[in-house]
Amino acid sequence: MEQPILKVDNLTKIFTRKGQPDFAAVDHISFDLMPGECLGLIGESGSGKSTTVNMITRLLDPTEGKIVLDGDDITGISGRELRKVYAKMQMVFQTPTDSFDPRCTLGDGIGESLRNNGRSRAETKAEVARLLEQCGLTAEFASRYPHQVSGGQCQRAAIARALAVGPKLLICDEATSALDVTIQKEIIALLNELRRNHGSELSILFICHDIALVQQFCDRVLVMYKGRIVEKGKPDDVIRNPRNDYTKRLIESIL
Amino acid sequence: MSEPTVRIQKIRRDTVKTRLIIFGTLAFLLLIGSIFSEHLTPYDPYLQDLSNAKAAPSAAHPFGTDRYGRDMLSRVIVGSRASIYSTLLLVAIITMIGTGVGVFCGWHGKWIDTVLMRISDMFLAFPGLVFALAVAGVLGGGLQNAIIALAAISWPKYARIARSQTLSQKETPYLKAARLSGSGTWKIIFKHILPNIMGPILVTSMLDIGTMMMELAGLSFLGLGAKPPIAEWGSMMSDTRSLITTVPWVTFAPGLAIFVSVMIFNLLGDTIRDYADPKSRSSS
Repeated sequence: MEQPILKVDNLTKIFTRKGQPDFAAVDHISFDLMPGECLGLIGESGSGKSTTVNMITRLLDPTEGKIVLDGDDITGISGRELRKVYAKMQMVFQTPTDSFDPRCTLGDGIGESLRNNGRSRAETKAEVARLLEQCGLTAEFASRYPHQVSGGQCQRAAIARALAVGPKLLICDEATSALDVTIQKEIIALLNELRRNHGSELSILFICHDIALVQQFCDRVLVMYKGRIVEKGKPDDVIRNPRNDYTKRLIESIL
Repeated sequence: MSEPTVRIQKIRRDTVKTRLIIFGTLAFLLLIGSIFSEHLTPYDPYLQDLSNAKAAPSAAHPFGTDRYGRDMLSRVIVGSRASIYSTLLLVAIITMIGTGVGVFCGWHGKWIDTVLMRISDMFLAFPGLVFALAVAGVLGGGLQNAIIALAAISWPKYARIARSQTLSQKETPYLKAARLSGSGTWKIIFKHILPNIMGPILVTSMLDIGTMMMELAGLSFLGLGAKPPIAEWGSMMSDTRSLITTVPWVTFAPGLAIFVSVMIFNLLGDTIRDYADPKSRSSS
């Protein structure tokens, strides 16, 4: 039995606020992601998708549960150990332009993880050029600022940044939602190409609210509703044969 | 369609650059001038000539002379050192302390943030100059103690700005991306947070130069800042207050010097803000 690259076990996040009842944004969810697999996570706004992702990337501390990445429990680690984990796990954000520091060039942003891993300036520069070309841009984009490029180009640069350290897990948090349809298609084509080239070396957790996109891109899909996973399975099965009320409504809404 | 906008942007950009050069040069000249002020004076600023006291402005004494017959132009020039450098030092101190505390509070959060912010609230709730008076009173007079007194009451403003800016920076995707890139806390603070929050802080400190110059002068007037006979614009103005109806130039000369230098630093602050805004950076 192959070991999952990511194992999420009973993950829970409860937000407590004074004078208000506790709110479980993510309520005891568990799932596995196998090497080379592309897992879709869909749900409406506020269903807990982003909270889940923030917990997996350890930007947010879970209230309860366990996250196992590539066989290591990363739930409680911090500091240096956590920074090491980020060599295995990277993320592409929803808003491409905002995901780059407005005062740094795209090249600085892409090369930051390489520099942090002890590469020299020259090595980083060459690697950044290679990554940009891999993602369909040219090396000269390295010297541009985020506001000087289009959203689609910026998202390509963001993918280049995510791939810089050679991660095993790539998390796309609504990576295509802020782009228009044609650019969306190009980014999906790029991600598909990456999957082909990396094979079982790269697993993708694809967060999305567009079930049609998930159908054409993902191997498996999880449907989240009010912090719980209400349905899981192959995209085609889920779409043809929804068992949960929310999933039915979701599918009806696009037909 | 796009060409006109590009041209407008470029023109705007060029004027910002020109302004930066002009005000930067003026400020620089002011600083250089005050360093070498002793060599630039036409007369000895401390030499008394009672036979020529309260002389009106003339070719020999462009700003006239004061009640002891000292040349006002020389005194204004020499006074620039005490006035400008103590002000700059004061502003630098409060900017650094305030920003440091603010960034620390915003980044760290939790109980230490609450404690430090309540302390800064306490400072803000005090009437500033009265508190500075108390501090200067305890420490004794002198320019150095006046700076310490004003620094003690002025840092919370910067801490507030830095804290709120840091909090908003903390939630941006690019900061999350930087953390995911494996950057440590110090690198994130110095490479991503500080450059992005420096704009408003820098403008505040540039605009504060004028205020601080006046407050230092106020403390000097009350005998808790620069001591006579040291030439300092604020104390020169205060000393000669009673003569304003009979020999106005002895008050106006240092006043004009304060006005001009405050103006230069304020305009420089404004220009730096415009220039530092990355959205005005040309795309070519």
